[in-house]
Amino acid sequence: MDDLLKDFIAETSESLDLLDSEIVELEQRPGDPALLGSIFRVMHTIKGTCGFLGLPRLEAVAHAAEDVLGRVRDGELSVSHDVISQVLIALDRIKELVGLLGETGAEPEGEDHEIIAVLRAIASGEAAAPVKAAHNEKKEEMPARKGSLFERAGGASGIDTACELACGGFIAKSEEGAALEPEMLKLQFALAKGFEVALEKTPGIDIADVLTCLKDNGWTQEDIALLEVELGTAYRSLGVEDDDVLSLLAHLHRGEIPEPEVQAEVLPPAKPASAEKPQAGNEKHDAAHGQTQTLRVNINVLEDLMTLVSELVLTRNQLLQIMRSHEETPFAAPLQRLNQVTTELQESVMMTRMQPIGNAWGKLPRLVRDLSQELGKKIELAMTGADTELDRQILESIRDPLTHMVRNSADHGIEMPHDRAASGKPEYGTIELAARHEGGHIVVIISDDGRGLPTARIREKVVANGLATESQLDGMSEQQIQQFIFRPGFSTAAAVTSVSGRGVGMDVVRNNIEKIGGIIEFHSTEGVGSRFVIKIPLTLAIVSALIVECEGERFALPQNSVVELVRINRAATKGLENINGRPVYRLRDRLLPLVSLSEILGLPDSPDSDEVSPQEHEPADSTYVVVSQVGAFVFGIIVDKVFDTEEIVVKPVSRCMRHISCFSGTTILGDGRVIMILDPNGLASAVSSSPHAEAAALTARAGRGIQRNEAISMLVFEARDGGPKAVPLSLVARLEEKDLAAAEKAGSRTVLQYRGGLMPLIDLDGHPAERQGKHPILVFVDGDRMLGLVVDRVVDIIEAPLDLHLAGGSRPGILGSAIIGGNATDIIDTVHYLRQSDADWFEVKTESPFGNDSERHVLLVEDSAFFRNLLIPMLTIAGYSVTVAEHAEAAISLCKDGAAFDFIVSDIEMPGLSGFDLVRTLRADKRLDDVPIVALSSHANSRDIERGMEAGFTDYVTKLDPKALLNVLSRTSTADTQREASA
Amino acid sequence: MNTSLHTTAPVEGSETATEDYVTMKVAGQTFGIPVLNVRDVLSPQIITRIPLASVEIAGSLNLRGRIVTAIDMRTRLGLPADGFVERAMAVVVEHDDEPFSLLVDEVGEVLSLPMSERQSVPATLDERWRDVSQGIYRLDDRLLLVLSVTSVLSAIGVDPVHAA
Repeated sequence: MDDLLKDFIAETSESLDLLDSEIVELEQRPGDPALLGSIFRVMHTIKGTCGFLGLPRLEAVAHAAEDVLGRVRDGELSVSHDVISQVLIALDRIKELVGLLGETGAEPEGEDHEIIAVLRAIASGEAAAPVKAAHNEKKEEMPARKGSLFERAGGASGIDTACELACGGFIAKSEEGAALEPEMLKLQFALAKGFEVALEKTPGIDIADVLTCLKDNGWTQEDIALLEVELGTAYRSLGVEDDDVLSLLAHLHRGEIPEPEVQAEVLPPAKPASAEKPQAGNEKHDAAHGQTQTLRVNINVLEDLMTLVSELVLTRNQLLQIMRSHEETPFAAPLQRLNQVTTELQESVMMTRMQPIGNAWGKLPRLVRDLSQELGKKIELAMTGADTELDRQILESIRDPLTHMVRNSADHGIEMPHDRAASGKPEYGTIELAARHEGGHIVVIISDDGRGLPTARIREKVVANGLATESQLDGMSEQQIQQFIFRPGFSTAAAVTSVSGRGVGMDVVRNNIEKIGGIIEFHSTEGVGSRFVIKIPLTLAIVSALIVECEGERFALPQNSVVELVRINRAATKGLENINGRPVYRLRDRLLPLVSLSEILGLPDSPDSDEVSPQEHEPADSTYVVVSQVGAFVFGIIVDKVFDTEEIVVKPVSRCMRHISCFSGTTILGDGRVIMILDPNGLASAVSSSPHAEAAALTARAGRGIQRNEAISMLVFEARDGGPKAVPLSLVARLEEKDLAAAEKAGSRTVLQYRGGLMPLIDLDGHPAERQGKHPILVFVDGDRMLGLVVDRVVDIIEAPLDLHLAGGSRPGILGSAIIGGNATDIIDTVHYLRQSDADWFEVKTESPFGNDSERHVLLVEDSAFFRNLLIPMLTIAGYSVTVAEHAEAAISLCKDGAAFDFIVSDIEMPGLSGFDLVRTLRADKRLDDVPIVALSSHANSRDIERGMEAGFTDYVTKLDPKALLNVLSRTSTADTQREASA
Repeated sequence: MNTSLHTTAPVEGSETATEDYVTMKVAGQTFGIPVLNVRDVLSPQIITRIPLASVEIAGSLNLRGRIVTAIDMRTRLGLPADGFVERAMAVVVEHDDEPFSLLVDEVGEVLSLPMSERQSVPATLDERWRDVSQGIYRLDDRLLLVLSVTSVLSAIGVDPVHAA
């Protein structure tokens, strides 16, 4: 492909993108002559160039489109919807052709008759609604319709031609004409320029000044009059209306100086004007196109340049590092200079990669127009801050997410016009795109004034998709519920439309944004609108990073996610609390979840730490917490040492390590050492499975264990030794507040007359309560049995993803600890207390007790450690022997290996195979055909139960209803025994 | 075996065609990599350990500004590798435009071996070894296994090892 063609394709593609939005704009502002002129010019250029390059198909389409645009410009066609649509169709065809041309280097075969025919019909006034009726009144209406005098005079080219003709005529008719001939070209330019300046009201020397100048240079009144006549003739010959010619000529005298005697120094005719021309011309050009002097550079060259500068920065860092160890060196001064130049060079090269964000949303006006047509909605797209610049690489990565979000807004957000009218909104819905710089970030906001996200529908969807249960949702704020739209496979559109809802959801958008270190937040108010806020870094290539050390290994942590550094003296561990191996830190007024970098990364205790610490006491004495922020989530990273910050060049992580979410890249330090760049997002997800959840939902699990995200309602209370305790709310029947003076002693027990029965009261230590005064009592009820647990204070009911660290039996009655509502909280073992109060509490449920010889064997398939620990003791006490499988796969392999079970109790929601999958697999096995399998689930509505039964479950029980489970088991086994007996 | 009668002009494309191998030793066994695959041979380097990466990945090293992933060949072959990484030689190869270095005990001479003498790997060989070998040469004093760089690298990265 020759260079000419390449240039043409590059240029045309750009102009076409511009045209797209301009034409859409034209529809909104049909009378704007500047806009019309610009559109016409672009189309005209394309047509002209195509003709020149011998591209007949392109030329024909462009020509037909230009004709239509010409008629519009001339006021013979009104800017109707049809006209715009047809021109856009033509544009699409041109784009397609240019695209193919770019691929193959030749214009593809084919016909465009249809498009051309339609355009011709429009141009000739057959298809569209031309303004024929107005033809007679055209003159009166012209100023409004036809654009400015400048346009009517034929634009820049028309004026130029007129001036050329006039000068020709002048030379032929004037006496001094022949003598002036060499200067005539200059005069012609000066005149043309003068008209332009006068008509377009741009700064510069206008036509009146040109004439004044001519007079100053000795032109006679006659000569000037002759020139005026010639100009008038020339314009008329070019088809400019008489009225317009008169107005044009009027400009010659506007501002004419009454005293022509004011003589100035002798200058050749028109010279000042002509000298002024190039400069003024440039200004004009700039104003019209917003361009500066540019040079087209291949992107690869820029990328290479960036790589080279990166290397230079690295080498500079290395040199500086070396220099630091030399006090006196002659290299100091030149190195300093090198340092400075490198920094400046780096900045300049970064600038070459900067592009206005408008490039990413240039296609959006067209998109919105097409969408509004397709959907029958009225949508306006407002864009501000399009000139905000950001790195090319980042621009590329947000292009698709932005498009997706605007599409979503148009499809789901904006209502139909009549709905809008009904709710008192303007018919036109507005989608607003705004970008601005904020610190080292770009903030992009996409908002619409549509219907907003109906929280009710999100809830339905969340429950239907099993992402959370009703009760979990009850405990969430509206904001939290709205964040579910970022979960995979989530779309609130009721129907799958051609526009969106094709399965590509907001999760993809969030992933893309997070991949470039960005953050996305979502706010919506039902009925008012929704708003996405995206925060992205300016650049990715070179970032400032904090170098930290952990177990002798160094890592870089991007500075932009670091909030503050806290040095903790190990001797005085004030604020640093270690609850069950889970560190938390009291930072001012908040509890900061901590992760140990060495634990997350699985670093063994430094092999040389034993040798180092005796000499170097610091690592043993103090530790550092890097307080980091990802979205709204703040957490602390424990490291051994903190070094200074360094500008690092981000290099991609090798393919074979990309699965490690903790690293976002790798780099070379000043000393030449390779180090890994930590990804705060990855670290945050190691702390919390939902980094964007509210701080209340913080749950930390150090290390690389399986993430728990099972949110349940916990009743948080205080008792005895002060620290917060919690119990699953569903286990508590009632909360009472009673004066313990009313309690009575019955044998060794403390009992309270309660609801016509006797309720044993116990303390948190398991002993009968022996306290005075009013106390809250947690009442556990089972049939006619009751138990009261006396506590000091009920704090709150908090719904939180429960992530339990098992206490391992360190304290009886405590299952373990979890972070609930930001506090480390002990979860009490309810079963323990129930057993304390009444040894045969559970026996009542095993209505047909088994002898020891017929001990029933239960397989418990449950991925949640919490529920395992709740159920195992309970089942054991009830006389079952329990085998545990932590996931369905393990259960299947156990069964396949021939283990025999009397019952299988399985959770439904598990990572990997679900309970449904498990039961189907097991039922397929002949041997397991009649083993009762009981489903255990956190939600059990009739549909779920039905589904479970279909899958092959024998029964369906809700979690946290141990009684129901035991009843089901005992019922099933009774039925079993009876069946066996009858057989 | 046919040898060319004209000793001065080696015949291209016939059975006498040879391939040059860079030889290296891992735990006493000689391996060879086609010389055209080898970009560099480095003396023991400072290698940055990468937590959470596969056990075969010894870490990353800096080769003139490029970051090279180092593969511990002993571990890859299922051999003990205590203290091996620190004194290992690195053979740099390129795979899909990404540099990798294979850490071996020592790097030896370049051998020019006739392709016709290459035999297939005995089926009884340990699977990990068979996996990475493309063929075997019987040299006078030892056996040379031809390493397939692609196979050496293929198992790494698809199989994230959860180190204890």
